[in-house]
Amino acid sequence: MSDTTNQLLNNLNSLVTGLFLLTAFGIVAMRQARGVLFLFIVQSLLLAASAVLLGLRYTSHHLYGVAVVNLISKPIIVPWLLRKTSPSEVYTRREVDQVLNIPTALLIALALAILAYFLGLPLLNAVAPEFRGPNVPIGIAGLLLGAFTITVRREALPLLIGLLVMENGAFLAGIDIARNLKMLIELAIATDGLIIVFIMSVLTRAVQKQVGTTAVGELASLKETTVEPADKPANHRNDDERIFNNAR
Amino acid sequence: MSILIILLLPLIAAVLVCLPLKKAWAPGVTVVSSLATLILSARVAWLVSAGNSVTADLSANWIAVDGLSALILVLIAFVATTAAIYSVGYMAHGNLKLGKLRLYYINYNLFVFSMLAIPVLAEPTLVWIVVELTTLASALLVSFENTREALEAAWKYVVLSLMGAGMALFGFLVLFAAMQASGSTAAYTWSHLIDAAPLMPPVLLQTAFLLILIGLGTKVGLVPMHTWLPDAHSQAPSPVCALLSGIETTSILYVILRLFPVMQAAPNSHAETWAIVLGLISVGTAAFLLLQVKDYKRLFAFSTVEHMGIILTALGLGASVAGYGAMQQIVSHCVTKSFCFFAAGAVLLSVETRQISSIRGLIRQSPIASAALVFGGLAITGAPPLAVFLSEFSILKAGLTQKEYLATGLLAVFIVVAFFGIMLHVNRMVFGAKEIEADEHANSETASPLHRFTASPLPVSCKLALVVAAVPVLVFGFYIPQPLNELLTQAAAALTK
Repeated sequence: MSDTTNQLLNNLNSLVTGLFLLTAFGIVAMRQARGVLFLFIVQSLLLAASAVLLGLRYTSHHLYGVAVVNLISKPIIVPWLLRKTSPSEVYTRREVDQVLNIPTALLIALALAILAYFLGLPLLNAVAPEFRGPNVPIGIAGLLLGAFTITVRREALPLLIGLLVMENGAFLAGIDIARNLKMLIELAIATDGLIIVFIMSVLTRAVQKQVGTTAVGELASLKETTVEPADKPANHRNDDERIFNNAR
Repeated sequence: MSILIILLLPLIAAVLVCLPLKKAWAPGVTVVSSLATLILSARVAWLVSAGNSVTADLSANWIAVDGLSALILVLIAFVATTAAIYSVGYMAHGNLKLGKLRLYYINYNLFVFSMLAIPVLAEPTLVWIVVELTTLASALLVSFENTREALEAAWKYVVLSLMGAGMALFGFLVLFAAMQASGSTAAYTWSHLIDAAPLMPPVLLQTAFLLILIGLGTKVGLVPMHTWLPDAHSQAPSPVCALLSGIETTSILYVILRLFPVMQAAPNSHAETWAIVLGLISVGTAAFLLLQVKDYKRLFAFSTVEHMGIILTALGLGASVAGYGAMQQIVSHCVTKSFCFFAAGAVLLSVETRQISSIRGLIRQSPIASAALVFGGLAITGAPPLAVFLSEFSILKAGLTQKEYLATGLLAVFIVVAFFGIMLHVNRMVFGAKEIEADEHANSETASPLHRFTASPLPVSCKLALVVAAVPVLVFGFYIPQPLNELLTQAAAALTK
């Protein structure tokens, strides 16, 4: 392929990975559960796009396979599975009392993204030049932002999406630096995401039935220091919430 | 070929369990399939210890079994068998609906399958996938009792384990990149990694090691990533706790162990330092947390954190010297910890409460459960002449010959603290005077109102499992059979370059 085409593909890949990072930020900030899911779907499409671009650029055809698997599993099957198995409450919930408010969360996310750049730099210097794309630092950023989403969220769906964002991040870095990995492995990793969604949805449904809320972050009764089964205020809040939800 | 059958058996069992037959069907199938797995694994271990290859007809790029793999394989099969026997009586006790019982056994067999696949797979990323599967298959077992606490435990377990797995995935991909960067074109397997290690860029190798150590360390329960472990390992049904604590943690630790020879082959890696630091922090934290535990199943769960720390510290002391002791510790931990959870389950069946403070004078109420609990407590804390004593002794000895006085001294102190922590609670539960404490907690909400009167007899299968599980705990304390000795030596050799 000519140099200009290669340059174009590189630039397009930079654009796509940049948008990937943006969706990760969006997931940190978004309060509406449905919005988080939408952003995750966009992010998975961007991951597939990056795989196609890298596949064209380095003529490694099995990356197209990765893209196809990602296109089928995440944007189509994940939402379908969620709809089938999760209680519908997870979609309608809005998180009002987040652990951090949005500006603070975004500032920390920004710091994490910068950190990811510095973490990725020494790794990139150690590999051959053809692996030095923007995927690695942005993949690490996805990993960190996913973990951050999990720590600041209490609702089941954003937590689950946080886990999947971590996996997307690792994968985005992987399609660049571990480009020659066997196709079968990548397939298996993609399937694994589906099992995660299934198991977490089943758990969410059980929590909602038993505890009356999908705010799993409220579950905090297992500790060493307290003999009492659960701290009372949290219990009451859940009860109120359940009554409130039923009334609605 | 027998390796493939070992992997297929639990899968077939998981399918057969679904058949709409009587209540005895699902437990029966599971016991039979796990017994068959145990026999086949023992045969594999026997062949490997005699120096024969068991994977001649299989592609070495996918499946490879050496001494270390065979050791872990046979341990998984052993605990899976005793836990299956124990489950028969334990699960029948709760008068579950047939569907729920079936669900238990489906997940049980899938869980056993995913664990059995860990030591035999040769490709690191495939191992990562089966590690993920262990989490997912066991999640519904942890939440099985469907109480608020069990669901909380399962949720924490899944979220933290999967967060760790995300990091570990990136670690394995970086490891692959490191192998490519070394110029190696061989397939991505554990043994080829060792060959390629000297030429790998150190920064990539060390990053990968740290990511995998922390990522999978979450699932092993290393401090400070251990917070989910006491919850999950105490809320699950007791036979599942035996699997989780006894063998799951160890089989995940096995994946980390596989990286040690790779790190040794590379110039100036610091794997030992990391192992000692993380190991000692785990042992120390767990030892002191043991003192203030309120729930006796959590007691044994923290003891698992402690033991994982001991094994890691042993590797840090030098795999060439303490490797044998570490392998011995893996064996003794597996057999002893599964016994401890069977004992804890027996106590739970007879008193129906998990609170240490509501159980006093258990010896009068349920002599068998009490005897098992005392034996388990003594065995897991390393009282002579039981298995853990021997292995901990050989680790400490190796530490002294290595002149690592500080680390060895700290390790010894923490082991002693853990001994007092566990025996203090066990002693109170079994021999403590009843009236004083009972009144104090009479109004406690957590103590089930039934607990003083339901001294139901222990099911036969539970007694059988207790006896079978106790045999190696006793025997390995003073006698290690020649094939096992050979296997331990080979496994220790696999830890060095």
